[in-house]
Amino acid sequence: MLDWFNAHPHLVDSLIESVKAIVVLLVTVVVAAWMIWLERRLLGLWQDRYGPNRVGPFGLGQVIADMIKIFFKEDWIPPFVDKLTFIVAPAIAMGLMLLMFALVPVTPTWGVAHINVGLLVFLALAGLEVYAVMLGGWASNSKYSLLGGLRVTAQTVSYEVFMGISLMGIVMLAGSFDLRHIVEYQAANGWNIIPQFFGFCAFVTAAIAVVHRTPFDLPEAESELAAGFHTEYSGMKFGMFFVGEYVGIVLVSAITTVLFFGGWSGPGVESHAWLAFPWFAFKCLCFMSGFILLRASLPRPRYDQMMAAGWKVCLPLSLINLLGTAAVVVAGAHGA
Amino acid sequence: MTVPGLDNEVVRDLYARFGEATFVYQATRDGMPTLWVGAERILEVLRYLKGGISKPYKMLYDLTAVDERLRKHRQGLPDADFTVVYQLLSVDRDMSRAGTPDIRLKVALKGEFPHLPTATTVYANADWYEREVWDLFGIVFDGHPHLRRILLPPRWVGHPLRKEHPARATEFDPFVLDQMRQDLDQEALLFKPEDWGMKKGTEDEDYMFLNFGPNHPAAHGAFRIVLQLDGEEIVDCVPDIGYHHRGAEKMGERQSWHSYIPYTDRIDYLGGVMNNLPYVMTVEKLAGITVPPRAQTIRIMMSEFFRITSHLLFYGTYLQDLGAMSPVFYAFVDRQKAYDVIEAVTGFRMHPAWYRIGGVAHDLPQGWERLVKEFVEHLPPRLDEYQKAAAENSMVVSRLRGVAAYDTAQALEWGTTGGGLRATGVAYDLRKARPYMGYENFDFEIPVGHKGDGYDRLMLRIEEMRQSVRIIKQCLENMPSGPYKADHPLSTPPPKDRTLKDIETLITHFLQVSWGPVIPAGEATTMVEATKGINSYYLTSDGSTMSYRTRIRTPSFAHLQQIPSVIQGQMVADLIAYIASIDFVMADVDR
Repeated sequence: MLDWFNAHPHLVDSLIESVKAIVVLLVTVVVAAWMIWLERRLLGLWQDRYGPNRVGPFGLGQVIADMIKIFFKEDWIPPFVDKLTFIVAPAIAMGLMLLMFALVPVTPTWGVAHINVGLLVFLALAGLEVYAVMLGGWASNSKYSLLGGLRVTAQTVSYEVFMGISLMGIVMLAGSFDLRHIVEYQAANGWNIIPQFFGFCAFVTAAIAVVHRTPFDLPEAESELAAGFHTEYSGMKFGMFFVGEYVGIVLVSAITTVLFFGGWSGPGVESHAWLAFPWFAFKCLCFMSGFILLRASLPRPRYDQMMAAGWKVCLPLSLINLLGTAAVVVAGAHGA
Repeated sequence: MTVPGLDNEVVRDLYARFGEATFVYQATRDGMPTLWVGAERILEVLRYLKGGISKPYKMLYDLTAVDERLRKHRQGLPDADFTVVYQLLSVDRDMSRAGTPDIRLKVALKGEFPHLPTATTVYANADWYEREVWDLFGIVFDGHPHLRRILLPPRWVGHPLRKEHPARATEFDPFVLDQMRQDLDQEALLFKPEDWGMKKGTEDEDYMFLNFGPNHPAAHGAFRIVLQLDGEEIVDCVPDIGYHHRGAEKMGERQSWHSYIPYTDRIDYLGGVMNNLPYVMTVEKLAGITVPPRAQTIRIMMSEFFRITSHLLFYGTYLQDLGAMSPVFYAFVDRQKAYDVIEAVTGFRMHPAWYRIGGVAHDLPQGWERLVKEFVEHLPPRLDEYQKAAAENSMVVSRLRGVAAYDTAQALEWGTTGGGLRATGVAYDLRKARPYMGYENFDFEIPVGHKGDGYDRLMLRIEEMRQSVRIIKQCLENMPSGPYKADHPLSTPPPKDRTLKDIETLITHFLQVSWGPVIPAGEATTMVEATKGINSYYLTSDGSTMSYRTRIRTPSFAHLQQIPSVIQGQMVADLIAYIASIDFVMADVDR
């Protein structure tokens, strides 16, 4: 048996890599589900109430209870919907989010996929994400869902325009689309948040809009559109949209950490390699809590106001950032 | 012999213009000039009062009807089977204290299903009122654009406020909902744009018709608006009410004067004892009871507590409808603090039914000063915090500035009162304009807006809470001593101290408690500045243990009717903000 393993080192390597990939993605889903608990507890804290505190220690078991409930719910498909699209939409939502997470370099040795144009793939997948909600909204054959679907399409398309542009400054600085390379560049030259502050602002805005979190939760604006694009969904299919959204937040936090806050790098990582993951996780946690704080504190802009903010503020901002970075990079190249 | 009513200037004006023979003057218990006019001249008179007279009556405050067929005490009144009653209000006169601010006009009608011309050509807001009268009485308004049922389901049979209509479910055959009936009922609720003169689309595009409600998270109750949408822009809309109708006015005709008080609590269910106030004040007017000062001050104090709880809920849900998640929780925490005091004083939270004919149910409990003091010290800093944290947030401002704005003229045309009217810049508050219950003794201000938009309505109500705290503080410092209920035979339940000492008091007490008080025949209206606008009860007593006709005029009914005129051309999200800014509850609309 051992001989066989020794004779096929590539197979063993790919086996180990596969296990690692599964572990990373599983942990992502678990963290995303656990984030529901975190959000409810933090919101409770900020809103003078308790939040879930009954199931297990600190209410941590609440997520499991919710999961069990949602698994056993009737998987109902309303008679008036377009069946195939209706079923596919939530799978796309969840699947794409996980696929994007595959690109995230968690630590120097962990991470699912190492692609030298990782950032481009990320942007491309983020662009596809709109199909999930759009199809969900359209297939539901309900007016509220349709309005939600329309909103999300317009919103995602507008915000993706400058999401890509806002990241190009980083690509210039690091000279690569490779996410690992970008992290290593930051470990050597300092975090991107300082030279790319405007890019950071634009990116975070766009990222919130793309995962449609408050204040950009217009597609599912409860007070206006009931539940927007997922009004007709229930049971596990709703659950996939729901968990997909939380995977999205974890993902955005992870990507922000990787691109602007030096990924796994931090004091002590060079001497103690095991510190890489705690640093990464800690940074992500800060962003996740930040998104929850946003939800607790901000109202929702009106649809046209949000579009105006995207096209008239964020797009120029990221363009200026891009030009400024380009000028600095060119000047630096000539100086050297 | 002098002609009655001539001491009143508006009556003199009308006599001079139309001739004395046109009118019959009726003396009422509330002293409001009441004139009977023939159906053929009513529009002329209304038009003159709205446009011709100096300091005109710009607002049709109320329009209702009375089934006169079983009424015994109507000496000196024109012969009638049904009466349609118009109450007009002149804010100008009220604010300048020149002339009579209200006038009541009545039209006597004969026949089973009488006709009279519609007043919608004079006052725009007559529309819903006339639909309501048709729905509940079967009186036909000729020329009305959409004379169809408004409160009852479209397939309802009969007109329930007519005296021959049964008042109890047991008088009907048992209700059965079979499949056919359900299908027909649902079919009848389908919205057909053509019925409302709406186009399904233009040459280039189709409109989307969106059913907003009756079950929608932002509809604030069972309220339905059908929106005609061009993208997200509202081309037109049709509000549809009646899903919360419980027949409160009909119940008034089957409850004793005393046992009706709890029903009033549930009209504006956020207003608690504030609802009792106009009702008991009207009964007191009919009975001729003077309420002792301590009872008056207690009533004011508890009313202001409910103004605060209602406004806190308004504030929280308003911001929640704008997408801000947290304010509603803070508002509810403070609301709970207010309810702690209310509970300690009245024994209940939301619906204490605590005012009584002639006073209040019991005296303030021991130690109430400490509770009230804690509350008035707690709330103002919290209000400042709210203002800083949420109300002045730039996103909130940009969502609300200029949204759903209307001016004073529009507000008066649609019968808008309360915060919605004051936001347009008129400091019209009945507590100042026409002080009742001793409000004249209090020092407080009337906050006004100047743009009449959603933001003004928000800031104005936050300021109103501060003023309410001021009033409560003054109640706390100057609470008079003395009885909490009038020493009057019609106070209910009557004072019991002497019942075991002489037989007369015992008999009176026994009858009052078993039958309920017998209120002398007459008519009266009392208007109060309630949490959401002007609320009033127009009671007709026929000298019995029950009301002959109970008319509840609520502010929310008028405010909802105004929606289409304000929201046309704005976005769906603006409608949400506008609806929340109105501050209504459906129980108050549908009664």
